[in-house]
Amino acid sequence: MRIVYSLIIEAAQIAVVLAVAPAFVGWVRMLKCRAQGRASAGILQPYRDLRRLFYKDVVLAGNASWIFRSAPYVAFGATVLAGAIIPVISTDLPLGLTADVIALVAVFAIARFFTALAGMDIGTAFGGMGSSREMMVASLAEPAMLMSVFTISLVAGSTTLSEMVRVITSGQFVFRPSMALALMAFVLIGIAETGRIPVDNPATHLELTMIHEAMVLEYSGRHLALIEWAGMIKLFLFASLGVALFVPWGIGGPHEVFMVPVAVVSLAIKLGIVGVCLVLVETRLAKMRIFQVPEFLGVAFILATLGMLSFFMLE
Amino acid sequence: MTAGLAVQINSVLAALILLTSFGLLVQRRIYGMLRLFAWQGAFLSLSTAIVGYTAGLHHLYISAALTLALKVFALPYILYVLIHRLEIKRDVEELVNIPTTMLIGIALVIFSYYLTAPIRELSTLITRSTLAVALATVMIGLLIMITRRKAVTQIIGFLALENGLFFAATSATYGMPLVVELGVALDILIAAFIFGIFFYHIRTSFDSLELKDMEKLKEDE
Amino acid sequence: MLILVLLGINLLAAAVLAVIGEKRYAPEVNILGSAATFVASVFLAADVYYNGRMISGREYFFVDEFNVYLAVLTAFVSMTTAVFSRPYMRHEQERGRLGKVAMRFYHAMFQLFIFAMLMALLTNNVGILWISMELATLSTVLLVSLYRTPSSVEAAWKYFILCGVGIALALFGTVLLYFAAEKVLGEGSKALQWTNLAAVSGSLEPTVLSLAFVFFMVGYGTKVGLVPLHNWLPDAHAEGPTPISAVLSGLLLNIALYALVRCKTLVDGATHGNRAGQIMMAFGLVSLLVSAFSLLRQKDIKRMFSYSSIEHMGIATYAFGLGGSVATFGALLHMLVHSLTKSAIFFTVGHASQMHGTQEISRIRGLIKGNPLVGWGLMLGVAAIIGLPPFGLFTSEFLILTATMKSAPLLAPFFLLGLAIAFAALLRKVMPMVFGAVPDYQHNQRVSHTPVILHMILVLVLGLYLPVFLSQWLHGAVRLLR
Repeated sequence: MRIVYSLIIEAAQIAVVLAVAPAFVGWVRMLKCRAQGRASAGILQPYRDLRRLFYKDVVLAGNASWIFRSAPYVAFGATVLAGAIIPVISTDLPLGLTADVIALVAVFAIARFFTALAGMDIGTAFGGMGSSREMMVASLAEPAMLMSVFTISLVAGSTTLSEMVRVITSGQFVFRPSMALALMAFVLIGIAETGRIPVDNPATHLELTMIHEAMVLEYSGRHLALIEWAGMIKLFLFASLGVALFVPWGIGGPHEVFMVPVAVVSLAIKLGIVGVCLVLVETRLAKMRIFQVPEFLGVAFILATLGMLSFFMLE
Repeated sequence: MTAGLAVQINSVLAALILLTSFGLLVQRRIYGMLRLFAWQGAFLSLSTAIVGYTAGLHHLYISAALTLALKVFALPYILYVLIHRLEIKRDVEELVNIPTTMLIGIALVIFSYYLTAPIRELSTLITRSTLAVALATVMIGLLIMITRRKAVTQIIGFLALENGLFFAATSATYGMPLVVELGVALDILIAAFIFGIFFYHIRTSFDSLELKDMEKLKEDE
Repeated sequence: MLILVLLGINLLAAAVLAVIGEKRYAPEVNILGSAATFVASVFLAADVYYNGRMISGREYFFVDEFNVYLAVLTAFVSMTTAVFSRPYMRHEQERGRLGKVAMRFYHAMFQLFIFAMLMALLTNNVGILWISMELATLSTVLLVSLYRTPSSVEAAWKYFILCGVGIALALFGTVLLYFAAEKVLGEGSKALQWTNLAAVSGSLEPTVLSLAFVFFMVGYGTKVGLVPLHNWLPDAHAEGPTPISAVLSGLLLNIALYALVRCKTLVDGATHGNRAGQIMMAFGLVSLLVSAFSLLRQKDIKRMFSYSSIEHMGIATYAFGLGGSVATFGALLHMLVHSLTKSAIFFTVGHASQMHGTQEISRIRGLIKGNPLVGWGLMLGVAAIIGLPPFGLFTSEFLILTATMKSAPLLAPFFLLGLAIAFAALLRKVMPMVFGAVPDYQHNQRVSHTPVILHMILVLVLGLYLPVFLSQWLHGAVRLLR
């Protein structure tokens, strides 16, 4: 019976991830429009965009290989798998037990690796440029990301996400400098990984500055829809991973099927707040030059390392 | 406020002090450095006051107030006025690039952790774990002095180093005896006036505050 | 009470000189203040000689055999320097190198500097010692840059920054020392008092004290001018006015070494070994060798003698590190005679460079013919400083060498090598300056005879015969330091 509960929860979580991710992006865009004094297209616009793209035909370049064609599926699949691992609404995830945070970072890396390959596959200048920039950001962000997550796993004494969430929620609340530093690092990495301002601007196709958009410039139709959707899920997952690691209260425990609605509500509230913060950051900051990105990520790495060191030194 | 909470707040403040040290290490603008330095002083003062409250040592309030007055208001203000009057170029130039400096900084933190390990084991104070941070702040202050080219930034590094020393005194022993703390504060104040005078001297004799102009005195003249 | 009077005189003199400003009689007031200090220090010494060690001023001050002789020495050299500075600084004013404000500042700061040094010597509190050391640095920083030339400003900046950092590390050492002492002696000032610390040094935590000594070594070692922390010293000594070079070389280095040695005895007491001594030996010997080689290529006369100061401080540090009664006695004597000799040399060097209008060795010529007192003073001073008998430095260096032969014979060749190179270098540079014909750009001037003659006589006497009271003091100090 218990395994059935677990399967139900897992299925519910995947459904939530797939369904809510565009809404989160819509929420961020709407807030951003408000903040900049523009009329917004509403919270549901991403759904309409996705539907429109799915109806359109795919235009493929003549020299596109199987890599180009399969990359959207791989990227989407990997991102959804990540969504099955992260305790978004519950810690009782059968898949979550099979993979820890290191595997999670690797799953994201697979998605990115294939997108980057596809970017170079066609042989256009923009695709190659986008891929090389994306890999540069990734090569710097991943160590920082690992450091930040390791810090939390040191605090929790485990690298399994569900276990980490459980440990952090169970005890009394404690001010931990290591957690605070890891959170700061995580925010910086999240911004870089999901391609937000000031690292990348998701809303522009300006050739000199774009990173992620340059890489997927050649995609169209359902391929583009999958990649866009995967991107939305990724943003959603980073937000909920941050929430799960640093403010995990409200996430359902083992076998608590009935916690799921509560968890969804609390998730909505928390992500709503995350969205507001994200918009505040994006409207206040200007995009930085690409040469400054390594420094930005260097700061993230230092913060994460300091977090780890202060765990040893101060706790 | 319970002792446990005080320890937590104190260690968060220690982390913030360490963070501001790193901030000073990577900051490119002089005004940014000044602001960070003032913040560091504020954290230090708050930490001293909290330790004074939990340990019931009232002389720590005096040193907290001294820190607040000197390090948060007086010295940043003096430096601000000097920078403004002398029209110093606002960019900070560094001799070593920033990522390398940061890595050296991390190494220094680890080094201080190991250096202070025996003391941490001997101490019974609630603040004992912050001593490593204090020594790291001292070391990073030194690093700032070594890697920066301007007289002003060297002074900021020097003052950050001094902050580390105050922090060390609080965390290792709940502060030095009051006579000593007052004397140290007086010395720092005098030093502040002296470097103020110095800036004018350097300005008039070198026409800039770049230390690279001040490399005439070498062995092979 | 006497201690407070002693310290008060300098403070009062500093205040008076700051208030009256540059008057015709300001140098005389300066001399008067220093002379009064010297008289007070002699009374203090007599008091200690007859009544033994004393602690006064709510235990904030104390006098024992170790610091009393340094206090008398400090007061004496500052007095003779004040006498020397009267004609010297007047000449600098006539040359237009210094203005009225600078002179007022110079006199006030000179007295404040002496105050800081005496305070450092006589205080019973490690924390106040630190504060006084810092005050001594701060009061002389702007004296080094008194001429406002680019190189003097640079030298002063270097001095300020390097010594500031060094002394900051010494404060960290003090914090660690307090940490260890607090466990044994309880909180408050009493846990920082030498007298209390020395009494309980055996029960202080050895690991903490070893760590503290590293910081003391680097911190006070910077002020002593030990290699590789010596970078500021030649610049600061060469660029400042000569009276300041004389007191920096002759006195301040001694005070810093005094602080270091006091710390060492505590560490030795706690660790029951001589690891601190070994560190000091290494620093001392390296300083001796490096500065001896540096002497060979100096072109500036004041710079050259600053390197010689590093060399001699290296010898003293090495000897203190070596330990044992013979070496310690030698080191104490060495501090005394080096201070007297080096300040006398700086007096003559100051006059010599004024006569030639330059500090370049290659342009200073024919001193004996030009002005016999300056010429012979420099010649004899150098003969003393390179350790020729019958001067006092020969005695002290001989004692240190004997101790080396006995307890660390392997180091003796290095020690001798350092001495020999310094000997050759200084003689080679000084001979042409002293002898030979008078160059046409040399112009004779009024010089102050008394300080040089007085110092040289003292150095000579100390080489031939050690007065009873002095040997008693030194033996007492040796007992304290063992």
